[in-house]
Amino acid sequence: MTAIPGRTFKKVKELSPAEWIAPGSPLCAGCGGLEGLRIAEKVLGENVIYVNAAGCLTLLSVFPFSPLRGSWLYTTMSAPAAASQGIRDALDVRMGKHGLPKSEDLQVVVVAGDGSTCDIGLSANSAAIHRGLDFIYFCYDNGGYGNTGFQWSPSSPYGSSTQTTPSVAAHPAGSEMKPKDLFEIWRAHDPVYLATVSPREPIDLSNKFAKAKALKGPRLFICMAACPTGWGFDPKDTNVVARLAVETGIFPLKEYAEGKVVHTKMPRKRLPVEKFLETQKRFRHLFAPERRDDIIAEIQKDVDSYWRLYE
Amino acid sequence: MGVNGQRTILLTGNKAAAWGARLADVDYVPAFPITPQTEIVETLAKWFASGAMQGKFTNMDSEHSMFAAAAAAAASGARVFTATSSQGLLYGLEVLYTVTGWRVPFVFANVSRALATPITLEPDHNDVLSARDCGLVQLHAETCQEIMDFILLGYRIAEDRRVCLPVLVNLDGFYLSFTREPVVIPGEAEIRRFLPAFKPVQPVFQASRPQARASAIFGGGNYTYFRLQQHMAALAAERVFAEAAGEFGERFGRHYRAVEPYRLDDAEYVFVMSNSFSTKGKAAVNRLRDMGTKAGLLKLSLFRPFPAKAVADALRGRPKVAVIDQNIAPGVGGIVFPEILAALYDREDRPRRMLSVIGGLGGRDIRDGDFMTIVERLDRPDFTGPLTLFGESDKEQFQALQRIAGRREEALVP
Ligand code: SF4
Repeated sequence: MTAIPGRTFKKVKELSPAEWIAPGSPLCAGCGGLEGLRIAEKVLGENVIYVNAAGCLTLLSVFPFSPLRGSWLYTTMSAPAAASQGIRDALDVRMGKHGLPKSEDLQVVVVAGDGSTCDIGLSANSAAIHRGLDFIYFCYDNGGYGNTGFQWSPSSPYGSSTQTTPSVAAHPAGSEMKPKDLFEIWRAHDPVYLATVSPREPIDLSNKFAKAKALKGPRLFICMAACPTGWGFDPKDTNVVARLAVETGIFPLKEYAEGKVVHTKMPRKRLPVEKFLETQKRFRHLFAPERRDDIIAEIQKDVDSYWRLYE
Repeated sequence: MGVNGQRTILLTGNKAAAWGARLADVDYVPAFPITPQTEIVETLAKWFASGAMQGKFTNMDSEHSMFAAAAAAAASGARVFTATSSQGLLYGLEVLYTVTGWRVPFVFANVSRALATPITLEPDHNDVLSARDCGLVQLHAETCQEIMDFILLGYRIAEDRRVCLPVLVNLDGFYLSFTREPVVIPGEAEIRRFLPAFKPVQPVFQASRPQARASAIFGGGNYTYFRLQQHMAALAAERVFAEAAGEFGERFGRHYRAVEPYRLDDAEYVFVMSNSFSTKGKAAVNRLRDMGTKAGLLKLSLFRPFPAKAVADALRGRPKVAVIDQNIAPGVGGIVFPEILAALYDREDRPRRMLSVIGGLGGRDIRDGDFMTIVERLDRPDFTGPLTLFGESDKEQFQALQRIAGRREEALVP
């Protein structure tokens, strides 16, 4: 097994100035998911094929345009991991049986949202990970079905309102379910590498991708995708919202490798969750017309009990 | 061993399908089991494991995943084969619609099995016909030999520059999948001459050729362009089939046509059939002829693209034609019947009497008596059809079950 590299990058200026994704896609301004992918690509570099599931990032390539210097394949909403298997297998067979030069090999990268990943594609991505498929999975997680107008997804936070879980008198919290813990679901598969990343922490993100790039097998990423459109904030504030997600402890930055979970950025003194909640329209019902201290306290309690295990 | 390494062995339909893939020197098989197809992928798994086949066999997690892997591998330059059946084909249908648009060549076998509900095992064609509009080329096999030959022909069609579409080869579950017949296996060298190694005509995924495939498109006109491209490719497959089948016939001495006429020339009564039950139809034709009734049969081998002209030409001047649909579209009737009618509508020389027959559902046999009934109904202009092959004995058999289930009412059937 290849050794996992340590920290490759220490400062932002060490990141590659090369851009592998050209500006000017039809995605929303300030999309955190796209920003995460852009920084990841700086590390992954050339010879990449992006295998896409139906979602916001499907709009990256609208005929006849592609902002990517790598290859792109749109699949279906639930089949990107399965299609990745076919690409990986085909390239391996061509290199082994038909003498395709190794220089023609591609890094296979799934690009899928949290809806595809946690719902309709969960079975297929579980199977691909279980088979030990040599691929990278980039899940941009904005906690909802963003491309369809922001409906509830299994990743929608408790207490957020979405188009299909509005806050009403009978259901004041809006989304009443606690989100699926994708990190733990994936960790149970014992992948070679698994990490959460935030584009607001580009050094952390880049180091994690550098580690993943050096490994073979399933390498899985959950990228916090601050989503101005679905969450309801000004696109210029993406970095603020993304930073608060980390500083309140709502979005832990961590990685799993060789049997261990390590938090790569411990918030020194966690801010109260409402600092994050109050920045977004999807949580407005927790503050107006009247403050819902009960729901805010429940969210705080979940964050506290998560960190109690590690602090 | 015969001429050029040719030999004849006894094979089940499933084994013949596996042999087709082996002779095609397939690189990659993503697989998922379903009865009655499983013997195909089990056989291929063993051959890849033993080194009899070179490449990779991957156990997938569903037919949806399996077809996605198959098509993505084809888009990455591998020659791919897989197999499915029934519900599995339906489960993969979203992907099949998607990947025909990718314009990737691969071949798969569908072992026909009737659809749920009620869940059952034996064949009819509702499964394969559910995939009729997704842009696949479809070849329907009558014998174990045809299964193997159609797979080889399938690669020639799928990989042709004018087509670039996946090809489905259909065989009936049980009647063919588990029936042993003598199958001629051509010699390796002769096969390679007919079907050389896969040389993709479309760009495939590899580092030196970055490409965006299956990108989104906006605007109905732009969308239409791509759909028409697919339509033209599918239409072109009829010509490509004819060319490849011509060469196949010269090399191997077995001749295939989009539609196969059987004792049709002077026939007054024609059965239009497909797949393994055509053999029963041909036997019935012989018996009817022995009894002095001029019967004949038209077998549909190429079902997609639909060879409308070939069908109309073959049925030209035949007075009475029964289309036997081994499927049922509830609320409509048989699925193939209207396609045949459409092929005939503007022909002056079309048959005067057309009858829709629905039978063979869930593997229900079509017996000599049924063919007699069809002839008799063809002679009764007052009978508008469709004729449903569900007779007194079927009814009695079912009523016996109803009695066990504690029901007393009469079975209600059309
Ligand atoms: S809806 Fe959200 S996730 Fe989707 S493109 Fe817009 S900002 Fe990005």
